[in-house]
Amino acid sequence: MSAPAESVRAIRDDVATGRRSAVDVCTAALARIDAANPRLNAFNTVAAEGALSAAAAVDRHRAAGEPPGPLAGVPIAIKDNLCVRGMRTTASSKILDAFVPPYDATVVRHLERAGAVILGKTNCDEFAMGSSNENSAYGPVRNPWAPDRTPGGSSGGSAAAVAARLVPCALGSDTGGSIRQPAAFCGIVGVKPTYGRVSRYGLLAFASSLDQIGPMTRNVADAALVLSVIAGQDVADATSAPEPVPDFSEGLDLGVRGLRIGVPRAFIGSGVDDQVLGAFEAAVDRFREAGATIVDVALPNAAAAIPAYYLVCTAEASSNLARYDGVRYGHRPVLAPDDTLQTLYDRTRDEGFGPEVKRRIMLGTYVLSAGYYDAYYLKAQQVRTLLKREYEQAFERADVIAMPTSPTPPFRLGEKAADPLQMYLTDVFTVSANLAGLPAVSVPCGFTADTLPIGLQLTGRHFDEATLLRAAAAYEAATDWATRAPPLG
Amino acid sequence: MSRLTIADVERIAALAHLELTGEEKQLFTGQLADILTYAEQLQQIDTTGVPATAHVHPDLRAERPDEPAPSLAPEDALANAPDADAEAGLFKVPRVIG
Repeated sequence: MSAPAESVRAIRDDVATGRRSAVDVCTAALARIDAANPRLNAFNTVAAEGALSAAAAVDRHRAAGEPPGPLAGVPIAIKDNLCVRGMRTTASSKILDAFVPPYDATVVRHLERAGAVILGKTNCDEFAMGSSNENSAYGPVRNPWAPDRTPGGSSGGSAAAVAARLVPCALGSDTGGSIRQPAAFCGIVGVKPTYGRVSRYGLLAFASSLDQIGPMTRNVADAALVLSVIAGQDVADATSAPEPVPDFSEGLDLGVRGLRIGVPRAFIGSGVDDQVLGAFEAAVDRFREAGATIVDVALPNAAAAIPAYYLVCTAEASSNLARYDGVRYGHRPVLAPDDTLQTLYDRTRDEGFGPEVKRRIMLGTYVLSAGYYDAYYLKAQQVRTLLKREYEQAFERADVIAMPTSPTPPFRLGEKAADPLQMYLTDVFTVSANLAGLPAVSVPCGFTADTLPIGLQLTGRHFDEATLLRAAAAYEAATDWATRAPPLG
Repeated sequence: MSRLTIADVERIAALAHLELTGEEKQLFTGQLADILTYAEQLQQIDTTGVPATAHVHPDLRAERPDEPAPSLAPEDALANAPDADAEAGLFKVPRVIG
């Protein structure tokens, strides 16, 4: 199976064999970003100089006869909530507008060691809080398939950059669907690994028990390759798991014969757009035709995942974002001589945070406050246990669980911006994988009549990304959705 | 129905160190009440005797040898501070003690 043109693997092979230089690949990618970014707004920061010098180093090492890394010369964009040493990192927040990290996230170190070339930082919802990329302090990203539509969120810039062929891969982070939903909305592949599979060191924390970093690419094999590079236990993240990291590129072509694909029929039943449902049913048929067994699974409390998620994630966010106080880094307001430290804290945060971040800090503070903790936060964490158990039972009957990634195709910019609760409900199919810590992937599974992408979500067992990616690759091989390019490249 | 009042919002804002404008207080009171009302559906679920999930992999072993390793240099730690005295190696804040 040869790698598609301009895929991660094709570029790596070209650079490794000297067919193309890493500098040429990098220069071409920078030119594409220059041309497309004014329309897409996918990048907050483009680090052309650093990228070209990293690419030159890759070429030098090759010329010196050193073995090329698994991502030699591959241009990669990094979501702007991941620290890259010396590269402005804002989390798309005014409060970090001028922040330049003094260290690299572990995933960035892994990528650079593998020979990848970091091109810049992608736009996202502020502190990854949002489902449409409209909560960015630097303006929304536009969907390359339809500029009046959202690319999804929160990793909207990463998804748009990959879909528009600016880069073959970007990293995103996923707390409640922030990799998978934008992947679905932009017609690409996005993987949220098992909680603990990838080190979170250097990821600006939103909700620490839910956050995971993962790859966004145009095909499953590229995502598998990048995941193998970034995964693994890290002494700097006590929640990273000691599980051995297999080569996820192995076994992708094994097919789905004998695999059991679970479909939670009762959960998918209502509130799903007709065209999304049609594409989903057609995908299930494809699995059946490819030799998989389709089984019905029950997730009785899946509908409770949204309220449970928004109580847990806001509680954790209220604590994690307490560090932004105008003292050690970030925005500081102009103060009068007799203003107190208290005024410094309060005004820094009022001026620095956008409305959705404030809303979530407020909600999280409330559900953790005396008198409300048991009814909201504790209850949500108990429901989380029930959900986790339901998945465990479902995985006794099925090897992989299939659902739509999002109940709707990409919606219009502005459509849900005024109603936070309506926005939260769009995460209905994605949040439960985070609550249960399970790995999940979104793969393209069709288009609406208006050529808007639709995503299929597959969820796997803890640390069984191998089976998950194998099923995703089999589906991808049976369809041609992944080969289509958007008009706005 | 959640009965969140402006006074509640002011109390939470103080806990969260947020200096909200009057307009923000109005907006958040309604929006947070909507969200909390929606979240009340969790009360319908029987969780008697169900432990809370604090970590999805409770058996994870995270011990490591406690060995000193290099940490951030003071000048790097101070580099992003809005106000600092680099020579003294200190962050600067408004006067705390009168």
